[in-house]
Parts: sequence; structure tokens; C-alpha cells
Amino acid sequence: MTGTGTGTTPVSGGDLQAIVTGHRIVVCTGSGGVGKTTTAAVIALEGAKLGLSACVVTIDPAKRLADALGLEGLTNSPSTIEGDWPGELWALMLDTKSTFDALVRKNAESDEQAQNILENRFYRNISGALSGTQEYMAMEKLYELHEEHDFDLIVVDTPPTRNALDFLDAPRRLTRFLDHRLYRILMTPTRGIVKAVNVAAQAFLRTVSKVVGGDVIDDAMTFFRAFDGMEQGFRERAERVLDLLSDDNTAFILVTGPRRDIVDEATYFAAKLSEADIPVRALVVNRMHPRFATVDPHALRERAATLAGTDLGGLYDNLADFVTVSENEEAHLAGLAASVAPAPVVRVPFLSTDVHDLDALETVAGYLFERRTR
Amino acid sequence: MAGKGGVGKTTVSAALARAAARAGLSTLVVEVEGKSGLATLFGRPSFDYEEVTLSPGGDEPGVREVRARTLTPDDALVEYLVDHGMSRISRRLVLSGALDMVSTAAPGIKDILILGKVKSLERDKGTDLIILDAPAAGHAISFLRSPRGLLDAVSVGPINTQARDVLEMLTDPKRCEVILVTLPEETPVNELVETAYSLEDEIGLSLGPVVINGLYDDLPGLDRDPLDAAHDAGAALRPGEAESLRAAATFRRHRSELQREQVARLAELLPLPQIRLPYVFSADLGPSHVDLLADAVRTGVESLIEIPGGVT
Repeated sequence: MTGTGTGTTPVSGGDLQAIVTGHRIVVCTGSGGVGKTTTAAVIALEGAKLGLSACVVTIDPAKRLADALGLEGLTNSPSTIEGDWPGELWALMLDTKSTFDALVRKNAESDEQAQNILENRFYRNISGALSGTQEYMAMEKLYELHEEHDFDLIVVDTPPTRNALDFLDAPRRLTRFLDHRLYRILMTPTRGIVKAVNVAAQAFLRTVSKVVGGDVIDDAMTFFRAFDGMEQGFRERAERVLDLLSDDNTAFILVTGPRRDIVDEATYFAAKLSEADIPVRALVVNRMHPRFATVDPHALRERAATLAGTDLGGLYDNLADFVTVSENEEAHLAGLAASVAPAPVVRVPFLSTDVHDLDALETVAGYLFERRTR
Repeated sequence: MAGKGGVGKTTVSAALARAAARAGLSTLVVEVEGKSGLATLFGRPSFDYEEVTLSPGGDEPGVREVRARTLTPDDALVEYLVDHGMSRISRRLVLSGALDMVSTAAPGIKDILILGKVKSLERDKGTDLIILDAPAAGHAISFLRSPRGLLDAVSVGPINTQARDVLEMLTDPKRCEVILVTLPEETPVNELVETAYSLEDEIGLSLGPVVINGLYDDLPGLDRDPLDAAHDAGAALRPGEAESLRAAATFRRHRSELQREQVARLAELLPLPQIRLPYVFSADLGPSHVDLLADAVRTGVESLIEIPGGVT
């Protein structure tokens, strides 16, 4: 990553609105706890307000936000949220397992094949526990919504992961898994091919079966037998999902906070996106401390020291605290902003309450789309 | 250490580690999710499976070192196989993704490999305290639940033994305690409470004090009008300064009020002792920041020791 820019790009709410109106898919990405879900909800709501038919896919919303959006008890399919806007607002909460089940049904050659897979214990483990499955299913859901519904705008928030871009890698991950040589080893006896397999691999399998029990291997073999013939369908679909993510109609918004450790993670995300040739269209920084003055914090601190013990001294210390924080935050963000340039940087201040109703979403929208002064 | 993403779990782990080292404990921090800011906090280059020293100690008499390493399931498996006379199972095979396969067949295998490694580190007499920086919130529960799940799924063999040993370690309050970290904000507090009950009820873990990170400390004069305060101090304000002082004071008062509400709410929902750490305005995240928080950890822990035989 290079940092050749000269500081932050000016705030431009108009740019963010252009992203909403100019793309069919918006992906909000970033590390955990930075406000991705809220940002995604606000963007979808903005789409509805602009007259679009918008759908937001949330992964793990805080309960009260889910309640506010009427997501409680939602199924894995989009439901409409009633409100006073010209467009439509739809929302759904991702159910990893149902999405995976639907994908299996879609790719199966027969109902019987689908049923055999869905009932298999190894499959149930895959759909619940294979790392990256949630990420994969989030992207699969996105693809499904894009293909099968007529939304003008789909906004998706990505699962909270430290492994940066698991969701980009996830669709291929399963096919890699299916291509794994162990899979072929498991399949060889049933295919009647001469066992010209790696001796070490066989030793490994024997060990596995000794360690975790023979049932496990049986389950796995049953699964792969049932799955036989479906790999190609999965592989092709995974490739189409990846194509969709790198399409010009898809915009990635990187969401972060201004704290240094969070900015470091966002910088790492930005680098990974860049490696994947995916441009960041906007950087949203939540929870910024307000800038109360443009003076040198050291001067304020000195003034506080000369007034130590007085109320005015306390007031100066307090101002010095916030000016310091604000300067630090901008300093942390400068490198990140340069690395995603020319993407606009949109700052959302610390809000006085957590966001869990439509009014609060409207407040955030005011900052994201620059309807209020900062 | 467990807590929702973004609450500063790693920073608190660093502070706790340093506080322990200063109290004379040889401390090891174990990371499990790869990339974290821990090394940066100590001003050191990033580390891996091999143990590194983040802070050598000795800066004052009796101060011990803080070490750290990242445990990955792959590395732990290789080590496990070698230790159990299965070194013929090549590292190449293990790292080629076979572990994904096995852990899919028996979920929780990866977690048990890591926890099993922690258990073997626990036997190291040179280490007084191990701080495990657990995966973020929801993942922490499935991570710590893995031994119980595997115990049900695999009834005999080495995995069963391993799971039983790990569970014994986790549920023995003398050996293991979970410290939950939160910010004084609504959503993280809610999540902490849920996590706390899951860990206690479903897994039988003991909970240590909760750590509330990022509290604004109090300052004099925040409720005063700057003009009045200036008058009292016999000082003059520059043009526009009164507005800045007032706005900043209002902001802190307001946020402090919200923080107090959340602290009180947490105390009500979860009757556990609290260690409160200040929001650090002056220092940037680095060794001095860690030391400042380590001081606060010490103060917090000392206030808990009033109970005889309490937290040490």
C-alpha cells in the first residue's frame, strides 16, 4: 500500500448518494463492531427514500436494530418494511443453513439426491461449522437476490471476521474442499479404481478414523457419494458469485472507526481488496469524536496546568482531551484515506444513543448523505 | 479474555498482561485469530506460532516478562501428531487442507487442538499466567464449547481424552477464569450479558470480574459556564474559546452520563465485580498506553481484593 495522497479527501455526501443510485449492489465491509449493519441499513433506507426498490441483507444485527427494522422472526427471504418513502425497503436476516440447503436443492439432480445430502451428518457439519460457510452463504444469498428478484439496490453487510476477506475467498473454498485429494481417496473404493493413492494420505485417514471414530469416515463417504455429480454446478455458481462481486455494478464500502487498532484492521482490509482488484468506493468512519476547536492541544494543556485546581483548569483539560483525540483520529485516518483515494471519506460522529430505531437511522443518514452540518 | 469486536479486547489483554508482569508473574499471551494489534501495543514486530517476548520486564525490580505467541490449529495438530509418535503423517498433508476435512467431519477439532495446546502450555512451570485472547463474542462461545461438544460426539480415543482434560481445565475455577470485556455502551453490554450466561450455564466456566473499557474520567468544572469559571479563576478567555470549552464540556458530561447508565445497567444485569478502565485521551496506542491501563487494572484488582481470599 502506498500513501502518496495528501491527507483526507473532503467529505462528500453527494458521492455516497451517487454510489447508492449508481450501483445495484453495495457491500459494506470492515472489522467487527464498527457499525457495518447500521451503515448497510441506512444505505438501503436511503435507496427506498430515493424511490428505489432496496433490500438489505443483515448478518447478525443487534437485537434492537432488528426489532426496529421489523426483522424479528423473519425468514431467510426478504420481507418488506412499511414506511413513509416512495420506494420499497426490504430486509432479511441471513440464515446460513437454510441458504445452503436451498443451494443443495437447486444443484441436485433429483429430490432424492438433495434429501440424501441434507440428511447426512457430515453435510450438517459443513453447513454449520466449516469455516467460511457463513461468508460463502452471505455471498450466495446476494447472488440469489440479484438473480431471482427485481431489486434496484441490494445492500449486504459482511460477517464480522478478522480474516479480512473470507467472504471473497469463501465461494471457492467449498469447491477447493470438494476437490481435495482426500475426497478422491474416499471415493476410490466406490469407483473401483485401483488404489494408487498416496500412502501417507491413507495412513492419515486410518489415523483420523482411529482418533475420531469410524462413523465419521462413513458419514463423510456417504456425503461425497451423495454429492457426486454436483461439484460442477457448485463450482460454476461460485465463479459467477465472484464475477458479480467484481462487477462494475457492485460497490464496496469500507466501514471503520477512527481508533488506531480499528484503522489498522481497515487498512489491512483495504490492502486485501486492492490485491483482489476491488476498488473501495467510499470510506465510512463511524464514531468520530467531534472537533471542538482548532487550537494546539499542547497550548490548551499548558493553560490547564497554570489553572490547575480551578474549574476553568478542568474545562481546559477537557477541551485539550478532545482536541487531542480528534487530532489523533485524523492522523490515523490520513494513511487509510490516501490508500483508498479517490474514494470519499464520510465521517459520522459519536451519537448520543445506539442506533435502534428509524429515527436514529435517519440521524445517521443525515451524516452519511450530508444533510446536516457537522 | 472474551468480548465483542471493537471493545478493545486485545488492548485490555495487553494491559492485564503487563499488570500481571509488574506484579511478578511471568505472563504469556496467546492469540488464536492471527493478525491482531498486540505486537504494536508493545512496540514490537508482529509474531507467529513461535513464542516472542513483547516486554522483557526488569524495568523495575520484580517486574517479569510478557511473552506472546499465536496458536493455529494446523501448527497445533502437527505438534500433537509428532508428540504422539505420528510424525510420519507429513506436515505437508496436514497443511494441505486435510484439517478442514477432518474438522468438518468432527466440528470443534480445531478448537480442541488449540485449547489442548493451551493445556500443555499450562503445565510449563515457567509461566505463571496465560492470557488467552479468545475469538470475538459469538465465536468465543463455540470455541469454548468445543470440548463439551466433542465429548458427546466422540466417546473414546485420544480426542475424547483431550476433550475431557480441556474441559477439566476450563471448568476448574482455580485454573481458568473468563474475563469479559465491554465498552460502556448499550449493544456491547447486551452482548456481554448474553455471553456471560452462555459461558456459565452451558459450559460451566467461572467468570472473573468484567472489564469495562473506555470510561471518561471526571474533571472539575464540567457543569460550570466557562465565563463564570474564568471569572472565578481571574482569567480571561480568548474570543470564541467559551463556546469551544462549553461544547466540549457538554459532550463529556452527556457521554459520561450515558456511560454511567450502562455501567449501572451492566451491574444490574450481571452481578459480577467490575474493573473500570479509563478512556485514554493523551497517549496513542502503544507501550505507554498499555502501562497507563495496567495501572488502572492494578487499581481495579486491588479494590477487589478486599474480599479475603479473593482475586489475586
